[in-house]
Amino acid sequence: MSMDRRKFLKVAGISSILGFGASVASARNYAGQKGLVPPQVDANKETLTAKRWAMVVDMSKFKTDEDYKKVINACHTTHNVPDFRKADGSVDRKMEIKWIWTAPYERTFPGQDNKYMSEHMKDMPFMVLCNHCENPPCVRVCPTKATFKLQDGITMQDMHRCIGCRFCMAACPYGSRSFNWTDPRAASNLKGELPNKQYPTRTKGVVEKCTFCSERLQEGKLPACVEAAPKGGILFGDMEDPNSEVRKIVTNKYTIRRKPDLGTGPAVYYLIGGGDHA
Amino acid sequence: MNIYNKGPVFLGIVIFLALALFPFYNNFGKTNKKPDPKTDTPEIIEYEKLNGKKECVEPKAFMRGEHMVLLNDWRDGVVRDAYRGYISKANGKRFNMSIQNGCMKCHSSKKKFCDECHNYLAVKPFCWDCHIQPKEKEEAKS
Repeated sequence: MSMDRRKFLKVAGISSILGFGASVASARNYAGQKGLVPPQVDANKETLTAKRWAMVVDMSKFKTDEDYKKVINACHTTHNVPDFRKADGSVDRKMEIKWIWTAPYERTFPGQDNKYMSEHMKDMPFMVLCNHCENPPCVRVCPTKATFKLQDGITMQDMHRCIGCRFCMAACPYGSRSFNWTDPRAASNLKGELPNKQYPTRTKGVVEKCTFCSERLQEGKLPACVEAAPKGGILFGDMEDPNSEVRKIVTNKYTIRRKPDLGTGPAVYYLIGGGDHA
Repeated sequence: MNIYNKGPVFLGIVIFLALALFPFYNNFGKTNKKPDPKTDTPEIIEYEKLNGKKECVEPKAFMRGEHMVLLNDWRDGVVRDAYRGYISKANGKRFNMSIQNGCMKCHSSKKKFCDECHNYLAVKPFCWDCHIQPKEKEEAKS
């Protein structure tokens, strides 16, 4: 068969376009395929499930410094969170890793403070953590999908995929994310025996944050902070379930969220002045 | 044939060959010890006593060749899809998908089970940068 130059180029060009398209399509199929699907795998029977996990922090239940410390300690020992300190024993702000911590009113709810509010409210530390937003900016900016939404609303972090670019830290309006500048196991509290041998540490160069204790939920346990908080101080439940405790409080009482005007849809609600009967 | 700078050229060739062939003559005649991973931890011996056989998540041949694929699938299954149990195709049993709370509970010696082959093949997986390896029993004794 004879073919002139023009015809050959046409056929070659079209077939290479088709061939290229096919290879891209098959690559997509392969990557999109899930490695393991039921019935090969299943979830634990005792797993706590929800459509939308949410938290209500009742600030009136936190009375002493000890109450805050207990919660922070429970979280940070459960997840082997490193505690970096300077030589004089103060927290090293640059190295600090925090999953749950305290912040004063004007930094928790900026723009909602006024000069006549009570000294008590102004000075009270608020329990702050990742808000597991409905529309999380950290997930939008992550180039590797290392941070992503689980089906139950938790904003999860996959340490295996994190490349340490810190876009998520820049995106998060709540400062909920911390970067590991060095090997966390070098921190004073993780040297030698680790606080929790069932849970991994992180490595140098990844970003970490609160995970709403998704690993504890899989074992049928409530988050560590909920257990360690004073009774009723932190409530955890399914916001989509009209009969859940958190939903009832949010519906019947007046709660506020951090920076809701940014449109992130935080799932941590603050009950201020709840009193003993809340 | 006339070669310019014969001396230095040949000296150079000899030095180059000596360096380039160093690995070959240095290792010549030495027997290369094959890796010999062990699955004889107290936990596995105990299991064998109770059940009359050794059995793992999947058959030995599959695990030898494909354990890295399995571990990657487990990782994604646990972290991204919240699955925790893996039902073995080989024996139908359900296993907790976890390296430090699953695999290493039986294979409790990282040295003999992981490092034996990984060192031989010079692969350095970074599992243990984050996950916690079990304490080596011999070290605990001494």
